[in-house]
Formats: sequence, structure tokens, C-alpha cells
Amino acid sequence: MTRRGSSLTAWLFLAPYLLLFGAFVLLPILLGLWISLHNWDFTLPGKPFVGLDNYKALFDSGSVSFDPFWKSMQATGIFTLFTVPLLIVVPLAVALVMNEKFRGRNIFRAVYFAPYVLGVAVVGVMWRFLLDRNIGAVNSYLGAIGLPDDTAWLSSVPAAWVALVGVTVWWTLGFNAVIYLAGLQDIPLELYEAARVDGASRWSAFWHITLPSLRPVTMFVTLITIIASANMFGQSFIMTNGAPAQDTRTAIFYIAETGLQNFQMGEAAAASWILTVALMLLSAIVFALFRLRGTMEDA
Amino acid sequence: MKALRYAALVLLTLLFVSPLVFVVLTSLKTAREAVKTPPSWIPDPFTTQAYDRILTATDTPVFRWFLNSMIAATANAALVVVTSALAAYALARLEFRGKKVVFALIVSTLFVPPVILVIPNYEIVGRLFWLDTLLAIIVPTAAGAFGVFFLRQFFAGLPLELEESAFLDGANRWQVFTRIVLPLSKPALATLGLLSFLTNWNDFLWPVYVLFSPENQTLQAGLSTLQSANSVRYDLLMAGAVVASVPVLLLYLIAQRFVIEGVSRSGLKG
Repeated sequence: MTRRGSSLTAWLFLAPYLLLFGAFVLLPILLGLWISLHNWDFTLPGKPFVGLDNYKALFDSGSVSFDPFWKSMQATGIFTLFTVPLLIVVPLAVALVMNEKFRGRNIFRAVYFAPYVLGVAVVGVMWRFLLDRNIGAVNSYLGAIGLPDDTAWLSSVPAAWVALVGVTVWWTLGFNAVIYLAGLQDIPLELYEAARVDGASRWSAFWHITLPSLRPVTMFVTLITIIASANMFGQSFIMTNGAPAQDTRTAIFYIAETGLQNFQMGEAAAASWILTVALMLLSAIVFALFRLRGTMEDA
Repeated sequence: MKALRYAALVLLTLLFVSPLVFVVLTSLKTAREAVKTPPSWIPDPFTTQAYDRILTATDTPVFRWFLNSMIAATANAALVVVTSALAAYALARLEFRGKKVVFALIVSTLFVPPVILVIPNYEIVGRLFWLDTLLAIIVPTAAGAFGVFFLRQFFAGLPLELEESAFLDGANRWQVFTRIVLPLSKPALATLGLLSFLTNWNDFLWPVYVLFSPENQTLQAGLSTLQSANSVRYDLLMAGAVVASVPVLLLYLIAQRFVIEGVSRSGLKG
């Protein structure tokens, strides 16, 4: 029956989506490369071809773009380095607690997921208020329990990193936990039964059953968290505006400012390709590590 | 053990709920009380003046932003659901040359970092004269691969027999799609529509740069304008944050199951 209908029918079904996909995904990927080879200002008629000059400038320590670009890459690196492990481990712990049957389970799950449905602008605006150095509730309560009450959460490092990472974990923890929870519920209960019969402890069941069974889910969570963290923009834009001294201005923040505010789009496109290649390499390494770990355990 | 778990869960719940409650209460305070230290929880007096002010201000037209966001997110969700459902059905059920290539091409962009599209899409949207219009918010993000991928997996899992018997009764492909497949797929279509609405409603970087006029902002982009205009008026900022959150939180409360199931299923298929 799948033979019924011509391939024309199939292409007609596909056409509307493929039009969008072509115009706003495929074309931009190629156009981005093309723009990166030009001195491209959206507002000017002339867009001279400059070859690899935009890339060279970003790798030449004598150029004016070198320092701000790599500083922003470093900011993205620091942020990714701290958020990714936290957003792999903490949501897993939450999911493990939630995976057992108890009263009110769905209510707790709904509460932890709730911040995720708020946009980054809402989350940023509210935490900028709560973390304000002078009138913020966070410093006020820290003072009340005898801790320092004048930390500049939004304008000094490393405190700003603690704030940005902490708020991001608060915001997206529930998202990752929900994915883990679905993975946990797919592990056959018989595996645990058998382990219990063999006298395995809960801890050893976790290491030998739960973690290996969750590997594909953990890999998925790791990859999407890396991509999300490496594209962090709103938290910095709203909460710190890059302060202090652009220490927390992330790579995508730099790219947006360079390309869409100063209209040096060639250089911004080159920078986005460098960031993308770095990300793809990182993703490939993560993928290979998970595969390697898998084959070692199967052997 | 049981008590310990409840203690941990309650503590975590406080960590999630108390900031939100505090923000709502702050939006109901006077400007002076909002920045009082140490902070008080209960507004004294209760006042809606922050809402009156932001909903009527002309330089930061929050109500207009609310409408813009509603229109953009609804149109985007509709566009995603319609185009993805059509394409996903072809990829799940129809045979044609190049099917594997098309599917592989679409799926391979699932993990393409969004940063790569920002600069060139600005150029494309500019050439289409969509800058500073809601079309720039509605259309480009509807091209994402997730919807096609998500619905294809769902359609492929539907029993073939129903479609078979409809064909025997003389139905054509379009009738089978609209009268058999789509009604059976309501939960999946609803989930995709909800997730698209939420994503579009909360989109931030793109609207910040492609919308310039105060009256054309979406709520999320507008919040940063509101912040620049009233950097220490926390009563106004919190009222703005509440207005920007109410629709998504309501939607989430009503359709929580769909949202959470959609997210968890996206992981299993990854």
C-alpha cells in the first residue's frame, strides 16, 4: 500500500516545509560562509571580497578583534565548563529521587520544571533584582545567617560566574531531569530484581544497571546541554551586561554585537564558524567517549 | 529514608517557588517598598500601581508587546505544526526517490548550533524587508528540524491497518491524512504546538536584534527595554516579568502533561 500515490504527492507534502528549511536553514549555512569571506556591512552597498582575512584577523594576536573575541570565547568556555557537569549530575540526582513512587510526585516534578517555561528575559530580570548587591534578597538572607552580605554578584568575578551558572542551573535543571526521568522509567524492572536476588547493593545496582542503561540518554543530555551552554546569551545580556570589563560577555554576545549592532557581519560570521567548529569538535569528542565507554562495558 | 526524601524535596521546592512568589509580591509593592532592606514579603500597602504604570506607558507599551508575542507565538506554532505534519507524513508513509537523503539532511541539522544561522538569517530577513516586523519572529524559526523529526516518529508508530482500510473504501492520500492520521495524532500535534509556542514566546536574542521600534517588540525583548528604561524601578520590572510569565505559566498549568511528555520523548529519540 505504501506504493499508492506518486512521488509527486510526496514532494507536494514536503514542499512547504522544504521551502522554509531551504530558505532559513540550508541557505543561511552556506550564506554564512560566503559572508565570512567578505567585508560585509549590511547597511553599505559595497561588500568587498577579502578571502580569509576575517579568519586571519581573529587568529592574529596583533589585530583589534583578537582580544575581545578570544576573551568572549574564554567566557563561553568558563560558563560551559561549569554548567555542563552540574546540569548532567544534579538533574540525574533529582530524577533518581523522583523515580520512586510516592505521594505528590507529579506535583514536585511540575514545580521543578516550571522555571523552564519562563523565558530567559524573565529569569534574568528577576534574578538581577534578587542578586542586587545592595537591595537584593540573596545578600540580605546571606547576611542574616552570618555570611558576607555585600557580594557583587553581578559586577565582579568570580561571583558573577557563580550567579550566571547558578541561575542557569535553577532555570534548566527541570528540563534535563524530565529527560532523565523518562530514561529511568524505560529501564526494565527485572534487571533490578535479578540484581537483588544476586545480593547486589543499591549502590552497585546504580553503577551496574542504572548508569549503563542510561548511557544514550546521558549522552543526549550532555550534547544538548553543551550546545545550550555554548550559546548562552540572555543571562549575560540581562544580568551582567558583560560586566565586569566584558569578562562575562560570551562568544555569541560578541558575535551579535559585532554583526548585528556594529554591522561587521563578515567578521561576525567568521567568528560564528569558529565557535561552531569548536562546538562540533567538542560534540564529536563527547560522542566518541560515550561510544568508547559503551564498547568497554560490552566487552 | 522516606522522611529524608520529603525533606530534600520540600527544600528544593522552596528554592524553586520562593523566588517566584517574592517576585509576584514585589510587583504589588510601592516603588519605595520594593527596594527596602531587609526585604519584606507582604506588600504594605498592596498596590497595583506598577501594573497601571507599565500597561499605560507609551515609551514601553507592555500591552502592545503582549499582543505582539501572542500573535507571533500563535502564528509560529501553527506554521510549525502544519508544515511539519505534512513533511513528516511524507517521510513516514510515502515512497519517493531521495527520501533517505532528505530525511538525513533534515535530521543532521538537529544538532547544528543556532549561532551559525544568526548573521546570515539577519541578511536574508533584511532582503525580504522583514526587519522590525513580526514576520521575522514568526517564519525563520519555524524551519527547525525538531517538529518534522518528532512527528515522523509518531506517524511511523501508528497502526497501518486503519489507513489501509480507508484506501479500500476509496479514500485518497489527502483524505487519509486529514481524516485518519491527523485525528489520531491530536496529542502529538498538541505537544508540538505547545512546545513551539513556548519556544517562540521565550525567544530572546533574535527579537532583541531584529525588532527596533518600541511598538514592535515582543514581551521578552521588551523586558530588556523596560529594564534599560527603569533600571532601579524594581516594582515596574517585576510587574513586567509577571505579565510576561502569566500566559506561559497558565498554558503550562493547563497542559503540563503534554509539555513534560514532549520534552521527555525528545530525549528518548535522540
